[in-house]
Amino acid sequence: MTDYLDPDTPASGAAGAAATVARETVQPRPARGKRVRVLSADLSAVGEPALWAFGGALALGLILIASFLAMVAWNGFTTFWPKPIAQVELRDGTLLAGEPTRANRFRPGEHVLAQLDDDQRAYIEANLGFADRTLFKTANFDLYGDDFRWVADFEMAEITYPMDFHLFERQQWGTFVGRVGGLVIDGEPRDFDYRLMQREQTAARQRFNEIRRIERRDIGALNHYIDRERLAIRRAELRYGEDSERAQALIAEAQANIASYEAQFAELQIRVNEIREHDRRYRVILEEVNGRTVDTELSQIVRFYPANALNWPQAMGIYLSRWWEFVSTEPREANTQGGVLPAIFGTVAMTLLMVVFVAPFGVITALYLREYAKQGRLTSIVRISVNNLAGVPSIVYGVFGLGFFVFVVGGGVDQMFFPESLPNPTFGKGGILWASLTLALLTVPVVIVATEEALSAVPRSMREGSLACGASKWQTIRHVVLPKALPGIMTGMILAMARGAGEVAPLMLVGVVKLAPALPVDGFFPFLHLDRSFMHLGFHIFDVGFQSRNSEAGKPMVFVTTLLLLALIVTMNATAITIRNRLKKKYAGGQF
Amino acid sequence: MTVAAHERTFEPTAYHIKKSPEGAALDISNFNLWYGKSQALHDINMEIQKGEVTALIGPSGCGKSTLLRCLNRMNDLIDDLRIAGQIKVDGFDIYGPGVDVIALRKRMGMVFQKPNPFAMSIYDNVVYPLRVDGITKKSILDETCERALRSAALWDEAKDRLKESALGMSGGQQQRLCIARGIASDPEVLLMDEPCSALDPIATAKIEELIDQLKGHYTIVIVTHNMQQAARVSDNTGFMYLGRLIEYGDTRTIFTTPKKTQTEDYVSGRFG
Repeated sequence: MTDYLDPDTPASGAAGAAATVARETVQPRPARGKRVRVLSADLSAVGEPALWAFGGALALGLILIASFLAMVAWNGFTTFWPKPIAQVELRDGTLLAGEPTRANRFRPGEHVLAQLDDDQRAYIEANLGFADRTLFKTANFDLYGDDFRWVADFEMAEITYPMDFHLFERQQWGTFVGRVGGLVIDGEPRDFDYRLMQREQTAARQRFNEIRRIERRDIGALNHYIDRERLAIRRAELRYGEDSERAQALIAEAQANIASYEAQFAELQIRVNEIREHDRRYRVILEEVNGRTVDTELSQIVRFYPANALNWPQAMGIYLSRWWEFVSTEPREANTQGGVLPAIFGTVAMTLLMVVFVAPFGVITALYLREYAKQGRLTSIVRISVNNLAGVPSIVYGVFGLGFFVFVVGGGVDQMFFPESLPNPTFGKGGILWASLTLALLTVPVVIVATEEALSAVPRSMREGSLACGASKWQTIRHVVLPKALPGIMTGMILAMARGAGEVAPLMLVGVVKLAPALPVDGFFPFLHLDRSFMHLGFHIFDVGFQSRNSEAGKPMVFVTTLLLLALIVTMNATAITIRNRLKKKYAGGQF
Repeated sequence: MTVAAHERTFEPTAYHIKKSPEGAALDISNFNLWYGKSQALHDINMEIQKGEVTALIGPSGCGKSTLLRCLNRMNDLIDDLRIAGQIKVDGFDIYGPGVDVIALRKRMGMVFQKPNPFAMSIYDNVVYPLRVDGITKKSILDETCERALRSAALWDEAKDRLKESALGMSGGQQQRLCIARGIASDPEVLLMDEPCSALDPIATAKIEELIDQLKGHYTIVIVTHNMQQAARVSDNTGFMYLGRLIEYGDTRTIFTTPKKTQTEDYVSGRFG
């Protein structure tokens, strides 16, 4: 590659020539020909093979991550796109309608093959015994007892896409695929008209939401008040004795209140019944492909659309409205439909609560370990133990959380502060407080290790500078060491947050539920109810994917929920990283 | 390359009442120090004069920095350190029982080999010693900041960027900032541990001039590798070698007619 200049060329100059002469006296060189510096080195000295290995490992990792993300994103983003409805005529003459979901090859059994005609058998044999089949989402669970059906190619006679087929998403019983058999508007039978139905369905949904609002908000509040009065009665009995005058007075007052609440309750009930009565006069008759019908209130239809007659903007509208429903409403149909708002809320609330617990705990522990504890055998053992804690299976933390936080601490809190509600536990059951404490315990090693690293990276000269100014050790830590270490501590916090937000196993023991009746935050004092159980996106994925009545129905939701959970974690991390970078910038610029 | 002479702007504010306006005298007697089993200082006896500049010279590893860091007990941070002997500040034994190390360090400013400003604004850096002292009154802090920065010949360069991070300054500015910080709480003694070793000649000249100006108000002890620097700035010079104080006396004497041959060899550049 690089040739030494030939000393005989004039460019090398007099000094070069003199040096060459001097060298020549020591080591005679071949008469003519260039001196070539050999640059190749022993293989062990060259980094190339290792470089290929490193690059290959990195590329493999990147490909795995990218394909995982691509799979989640593809499945997640396509789930809500409206799919066409195929009407399949089978060879035995029956009809079937549904969304083609996926297709694969299978090997038909002997008895199946025996029923086929020769052409089909020959075709299958030519394919080494395999045949193609398609999974149709036939929906109509109330009529068929199943949501999906596999249909082999050799069973199909004809596939059509009739324009009058609609897909109905119902409040109960899941999706319906079929035609509109007829409408009943205010008790009058009417012919199907898409616009009329759309208008009336919107109105019916408003009635439905009105009923739900009364039941949830107004009646919910009354129930809350009545509960409170009952507890007041029990408290008075416990505190002053059942027969004491004081207790009697309090009980009488509470009972009067209960009576008034119950009167209000009855009024609301009447109002709800009126709306229901009215609502029943607006109905729709749904007709499946073979002519069987289902008669239901129009208000039960959450969404409907002519699947084969959609143009692109309409499809987009349905796609977006489904996303909006997903992130803004509560789940229905055993979590396989509807939204995940409570789960989003629960995940974020629990993660933030966890950070609130883990941050001071981890930082203080690391401060003591690094700055105050005498560095010796004992601190080494503590440090190793902390690192090992990170390797304990998370379910073990769940068991500990259940045994210690829920039963011991929660039970104790109940005994002391909520005796009136016993034997119903208040804090003595899984709740968001115990869940976030358990996760804080799980993630505290990460914070401790990161904080220790950050503290030890603060230059000794800075500490000495501060001490030489007459600052005490605490002042030095507080004003010089901690600010300098803050970005590093934040890094630990980010790692802990990502770990905590994605954890599911321990949560199942200490407070996560399939369906939480109420959010941990509401309008009743004390507004933040840390004793309540909650929903979590991670658990939602597990529940929908593996615990629901029909895992095929839940599968798309698994991807969508995963996508959402990833987006949530990315958002939280990005926020934390932005804060960290601000801090870094604030303390940056040193050249020593 | 002349450095603009700065008016001596230092005026002790009413807040700071010093015990002795010209600094404190240091008296080191029979001082020994061990790091674990190896002895780093052997039987040091040295009287450091009030208000004068005393230089410690000697080859690397001779113990001059160790001795300096004993004066404000910075060596306390090191585990496994043992001392014997006495160091007295104005007759007060700083290694005696019940000494408040923090109070001692408040009487002594210190400047390190490498500039070590804190990750704060210039202003916050300078008033840090006052802040840790619990002073929060803005007028005092402002006044101290200006006075200290003027004394450190940094005011003109820094006055418009007091709220900016100190880490954005040049190395020489950072070192002068550290000097400003060292004198902000108006100490009696200023300890300087090779303050110019990381600086270029211009910055070094500025700091030497500064030392010259601060002389008289503070007792200054400076450790230096640079013999010319010691000759230029100090009134007294101590030559240390292998943990012993070989010779100590008037700077002129040490550099012109030293009594010991070792000293003569060192100052004339024959070894070290």
